[in-house]
Amino acid sequence: MSRTLFTFKGGVHPPEHKTESNTQPIHSAPLPRHLVIPLSQHIGNPAKPVVNVGDLVRKGQMIAAADGYISAAVHASSSGTVTAIDMQAVPHISGLHDLCITLETDGRDEWIERTPLDYLAMAPTELRMQLRDMGLAGLGGAVFPSAVKLDPGAAHFCPTLIINGGECEPWITCDDLLMRHHADDILQGVAVMRHLLGSTEILIGIEDNKSEAIAAMQAAATRMDFAVEIVPVPAHYPGGGAKQMIQVLTGKEVPSGKLSTDIGIQVFNVGTAHALARAVHHGEPLISRLVTVTGHVQRPQNFEVLIGTPMRTLITLAGERDGTTGVLMGGPMMGVPMPSLDVPVVKATNCVLVKSAELFPPLPRAMPCIRCTRCADACPAELQPQELFRFAKAGDFGRAQEYHLFDCIECGCCSYVCPSHIPLVDYYRYAKSEIWAREKEKRASDLARERHEFRQFRIEREKKEKAEKLAAKAHAARAHAAQEQTPRTEPGAGEGAASSEADARKALIAAAIARAQAKKAEVAPKNTDNVSPATQREIEEIEARRAKIRELARKPLESEEKP
Amino acid sequence: MPAPFILDRSSVTQVMAWVLVALLPGVATYVWLFGPGILVTLSLATATALAAEAAMLKTRGYPAKPFLADLSAIVTAWLLALSLPSLAPWWLIVTGTLFAIVVAKHLYGGLGQNIFNPAMVGYAVLIVSFPVQMTQWAGPLELTATPLSLTQSASVIFGGDFPKATLDAVTMATPLDALRTGLLQQLTVDEVMTRSIFGHYGGVGFEWLAAAFLLGGLLLWALRIISWQVPLAFLAGIWLAAGFLHFFDAGRFGAPWFHLFAPSVMLGAFFIATDPVTGATTPRGKLIFGFGAGLLTIIIRTWGGFPDGVAFAILLMNLSVPLIDAWTQPRIYGGAKHPDKDPSA
Repeated sequence: MSRTLFTFKGGVHPPEHKTESNTQPIHSAPLPRHLVIPLSQHIGNPAKPVVNVGDLVRKGQMIAAADGYISAAVHASSSGTVTAIDMQAVPHISGLHDLCITLETDGRDEWIERTPLDYLAMAPTELRMQLRDMGLAGLGGAVFPSAVKLDPGAAHFCPTLIINGGECEPWITCDDLLMRHHADDILQGVAVMRHLLGSTEILIGIEDNKSEAIAAMQAAATRMDFAVEIVPVPAHYPGGGAKQMIQVLTGKEVPSGKLSTDIGIQVFNVGTAHALARAVHHGEPLISRLVTVTGHVQRPQNFEVLIGTPMRTLITLAGERDGTTGVLMGGPMMGVPMPSLDVPVVKATNCVLVKSAELFPPLPRAMPCIRCTRCADACPAELQPQELFRFAKAGDFGRAQEYHLFDCIECGCCSYVCPSHIPLVDYYRYAKSEIWAREKEKRASDLARERHEFRQFRIEREKKEKAEKLAAKAHAARAHAAQEQTPRTEPGAGEGAASSEADARKALIAAAIARAQAKKAEVAPKNTDNVSPATQREIEEIEARRAKIRELARKPLESEEKP
Repeated sequence: MPAPFILDRSSVTQVMAWVLVALLPGVATYVWLFGPGILVTLSLATATALAAEAAMLKTRGYPAKPFLADLSAIVTAWLLALSLPSLAPWWLIVTGTLFAIVVAKHLYGGLGQNIFNPAMVGYAVLIVSFPVQMTQWAGPLELTATPLSLTQSASVIFGGDFPKATLDAVTMATPLDALRTGLLQQLTVDEVMTRSIFGHYGGVGFEWLAAAFLLGGLLLWALRIISWQVPLAFLAGIWLAAGFLHFFDAGRFGAPWFHLFAPSVMLGAFFIATDPVTGATTPRGKLIFGFGAGLLTIIIRTWGGFPDGVAFAILLMNLSVPLIDAWTQPRIYGGAKHPDKDPSA
């Protein structure tokens, strides 16, 4: 009985280019002299260094600890000496440098003491903290800390667990090779995920262009003591996107602005499952991964690579060729151009794709949009990319957001099909970052205003209090003098005077508070008073949009998987 | 350079080239049934359009080569030429083309920016300004005693001093014009239709021309250069509106088939209303756009001041596109089930 599959709208069929690299066995990349290990390899807070320059570290030793809930630790990929903790070039789209720990390896590759985790006996929270400290993050591309995703939250269980073996990006084959050669390990990892999430249905979606991987996984599945269904899905970019994989396998859509766990589904990449198995059953933190090195190289293949290995090392291993025009991390649809070949392999590095003018001809000149809506036909998020482009170009970010800019998954299908060759995704990234920047600015100015107002209020209050104290003192002195002048009054009279004095003080304080409040109202921003109803509505709409961005900015990404 | 780093093999030039290819069956049929005069009109319009395009690009500081190579000016020229009477004088062709390219296209911002279909703006300007010259249609060869050769056609178009008697002998009222005039003379549709210029569905010759445009249109649809929504809704609008009127009073209103098999309808449905720049972009919007254009065509044909209404109908719908698009935004992946009710969801 085969499962009824669903389809997602849109998508494209770019040339696959998988056979270049998936016909070769996996080789281990040699130990480099230096390892440069960035502290921010995952989504969330960067890890905090726990070693100093000059320290000797062993392979698998934590060198930077997770900082907060959404974070992950970073480990030494081999044994050696910490030679620097400083800013280095990292594989990031911004091209900016980031904090890294540099190790000089000693060639002994000495492990720390590795202790497997008895995950069935551990409390789930403790297990998740252990996984965070072992540096686990999603290896599908978005590197979201796995420990967070393994927390079923308030629902206490997540009925459906999807393991994503889609790997729909052209050229990349590391998940394919991993499934062929490490199917059992992957399923061991799935067992841990299933345990933590309480899932009852486990589906592993693999694009049908990977028949060997499907066969290997099916064979491994029969050896497991729980039910797991290996589902071949049509090869159709971006079918390996988490939302698309969910739709193809279950027919369900993740509601806009929500997480897949809100509809009882969690998605992990096969690489993450493998890393989890290594962590739990072998006590190995995440210090290496499979990387496809392909494109314009002599021997395209997959390497087992230590995190921190320079990309140059891999390209040399695969055979550098003349006519290289650049290097991408990731595939041609969503990959990131590398600022230099000295950047290290990180947890997110699934592929090092070397470009040449023949394989990747320079993109033709962009022509004006003719509104042909091929982009809309290709958009798997079912957006209207031509409108988003128009708004982004015009700087009308509010309208772009109304037209669901933040539902864009940046898969690149729109740009791929555009007959005018417009770099559409670039416009969307720009619009998103502008909106985020403005939101940040707005928050900063709100905070500054609040502080200023509070300071005004405090100064006013202190002034009043001082005045009252003086007044009360003077009053008390007068009363005391009066009392001395009439020493023989009845006992009750003094009390009466005292209580009336307290009343007077209370009244004074109340008046001061009232004045202070009036003053505070005065310093409140005036530009939102006395506005026309239309303007007021507009302000409210803008505020509502801002609230939505804030929510999006705070919320963890719905899943690690990038197509 | 941002991702993606690969592109599908498509281009604006390719899209426009296919539109021109799809017009070829129509052009061939035109030559076969009405004589080679259309080739003169097409060439003159093309030359004028390219010159105007180049001049405007230079004036506006755009590189001429990529924009001339996109072929969009030639598409405009051909669509206008095929809408003009086949023996229209040269200055009419040049004026219409210049207006289309200079005013309707470039003064609105050039490729992709124009609100109105340039060819239809050119046509509308001409029919409003020069109604007499806009009726110089060569009759179908089948009905003409002395068909014009290519050089004779050229001398009619360029010379203008062609003997009036000869011109009258080769030009004829179009079927739509004949029906309109007949109805104004208090004749019934059936009485008008007995005249020799009417064929099976439309006019003699004209119905075949319509069929050739339909064929080209189906090619564009098969290549997914146009979507099905606009042509189908356009034809449905024509058929339903004409059918409704014909059903109530067959004596005063032409049959729906007659209206459908006018070349202007097929050209409009498959080549002009489908212009992506000036048309609606959402699937539902395309249906509304096409249907509205069809409906307006019949209304203008029936009650308007001009024999045909396709151009004005399309221009009116061009005007409504921003509203249509805004109202018909489709539901997105993971969006609310009723996006109309919750636009920000």
